[in-house]
Amino acid sequence: MNPMPLVAVVGNPNAGKSALFNMLTGARQKVGNYPGVTVERKSGRFTFPDGRPVELVDLPGAYSLEPSSPDEAVTRDVLLGHQAGERLPDGLLIVLDATNLDNHLRFALQLIDLGHPTVVALNMVDLARRDGLEISPERLSQALGVPVVETVAVRRIGKDAISEALGGEVLNRPAGGRAGPHDPRALSTRARAIAATATLSQLPTRDAAGWLDRIALHPLAGPLIFAGIMFLMFQAVFAWSEAPVALIESGLLWLQASASSLLPDNLLRSLAVDGILGGVGAVVVFLPQILILFFFILLLEASGYMVRAAFLMDRLMARVGLSGHAFIPLLSSFACAIPGIMATRTIADPKDRLTTILIAPLMTCSARLPVYAVIIAAFIPARAVAPGVGLQGLVLFGLYAMGILGAMGAALVLRRTVARGAKTGFMMEMPKYQLPRVRDIALGLWQRATIFLKRAGGIILVSTIVLWALLSFPQPRPGQSALDSSIAGKLATGLGVIVEPIGFNREIALALIPAMAAREVAVSALATVYSIEAKDEARQERGLIERLRGRWPLPTALAFLMWFVFAPQCLSTVAVTRRETNGWKWPGFMLAYLFGLAYLAAGATFWLATWAGL
Amino acid sequence: MNTALRLDMLPMRTNATISAIDWLALGTADERRLRNLGFDDGVAVEPLHAAPVSRDPIAMRVGRMTVAIRRAHARAMTVEPA
Repeated sequence: MNPMPLVAVVGNPNAGKSALFNMLTGARQKVGNYPGVTVERKSGRFTFPDGRPVELVDLPGAYSLEPSSPDEAVTRDVLLGHQAGERLPDGLLIVLDATNLDNHLRFALQLIDLGHPTVVALNMVDLARRDGLEISPERLSQALGVPVVETVAVRRIGKDAISEALGGEVLNRPAGGRAGPHDPRALSTRARAIAATATLSQLPTRDAAGWLDRIALHPLAGPLIFAGIMFLMFQAVFAWSEAPVALIESGLLWLQASASSLLPDNLLRSLAVDGILGGVGAVVVFLPQILILFFFILLLEASGYMVRAAFLMDRLMARVGLSGHAFIPLLSSFACAIPGIMATRTIADPKDRLTTILIAPLMTCSARLPVYAVIIAAFIPARAVAPGVGLQGLVLFGLYAMGILGAMGAALVLRRTVARGAKTGFMMEMPKYQLPRVRDIALGLWQRATIFLKRAGGIILVSTIVLWALLSFPQPRPGQSALDSSIAGKLATGLGVIVEPIGFNREIALALIPAMAAREVAVSALATVYSIEAKDEARQERGLIERLRGRWPLPTALAFLMWFVFAPQCLSTVAVTRRETNGWKWPGFMLAYLFGLAYLAAGATFWLATWAGL
Repeated sequence: MNTALRLDMLPMRTNATISAIDWLALGTADERRLRNLGFDDGVAVEPLHAAPVSRDPIAMRVGRMTVAIRRAHARAMTVEPA
């Protein structure tokens, strides 16, 4: 027997469900995953009027119990008690958009017929009044047979009333969970009839925020604004992150210096300073950039602009066989391919979705940034090629562009070969524009930061320690270099034979092994390799950048950059792909085609650069 | 009568009512998704914006919702200007 009742928060997309969920549960939310699928499970604590705690779970937005996308399938399965890792809810909180009653009631009617103890939150009543729409909660409650509570989630109105109503229903009624068949025609008719009964008065539909779309979707201004927002976003990722990155870096240096002076000079110190602090630190340093990127993505989603961007991009995506639906996951992939691949769950067409998953790792994720940053700083001179355009920035832009072009090319080929299928459509509700709430954005960012730091603390820490151990053992005999004697050195010698034709040296081969865990580990791995090796020479405190500059020829550096545009060096991405595609076939395919591309691109770059005499 | 006006030919900012939808031509998956977005006989529609260059997809008001669909889908719907 579980003492804490479970209430599922469920409703159409854009009904204000997440804002309501945040209002009810506050900042203490748990973000996890359902076993076997990558849909996020968000839950939080709420209380009944008598103080008894309730667990609220935020289900993915859906239009009906007949799922059109894998996302909606989770919602249905939870409601019917078929979802692994989730018990049958003891009650439902249905979120209805008061300004869109006739549409949202279709789903609400299906949900009420399940027979769970149910409360309806009539949300956004303020917007409805602004649009001249007067809805009677009493009449709606009468027609639906369940309590109806008026709420304005963004202004935190209605919390106590929901607690009251939910408490009354959940504590006094048995749980249900039985889906009757629904005729879609009859459902629409019934929904419209109930909406008409509950609506006391309405003005002819007025498009209050229509002027915004007239600008945002204008044939000329629209694309310009879109390009401007994208430019601002990527500009901010670099410009805004400078100060916090410098702060983290100096903090880390201080930590390393303190640890060095506190600990005796032995293996343990080497592990703490070179392995853990050096390795994890090199990764934590770019947390600011990830957060800035996610800040923009959250802002675009919360404001309602994201769907407009998808609308503007649809035709372009259609050229390579995709649709505007793929735009949102691909944009998220610039932060990290994992949430990007998870976001493909909203794509209805399976082939469209598969293609998007397979090309998502080609979007330049933030894990590549530390790699790019180090190599560019070491090898590309910081001079201007035109007023205001630096060569370093231009190279970075080129790497992003290579990724996008590679992805488009790959989509074109995939849609004609392994992911061939009917031309996909584009159907999307365009939500009302909304001023994003600081609280909701902050909460989203906090959740991203924790996920990232857990990752840095987990997979990256472990791989750094393993690499350190591989590099440190067995200990060198006198006159032998630490690298040559180590296990890693021997492994790298083997791999070196394979990557030598594309201009990679043994240190690179060595760094590529742990970078399979995550790309950014390549930086910490190079740092570890060169700093441990440095002990053999006069121990000089030179930064990694200067060390690289002295050791790598330019063609090698360029080939290394090109390798990271394509190479699928991220175990988490492979794991998510396996879960999302239910097997090893597609992650295997992804690994093969991306490593193939990386090898060819890096090789071509190396030989072209060598031939050009760089 | 070949004068039936299709939704994809309806000029921007023209109010109309959907008089018939060729569900058979759309297939069940598309039917379900379009119904979810509020498309049905007798529903009020108004094309609002067309995407740049190709004029496809179209953003339109359907009932009280704004929805984007491609022209190919709009072509399956017959409308009656108000």
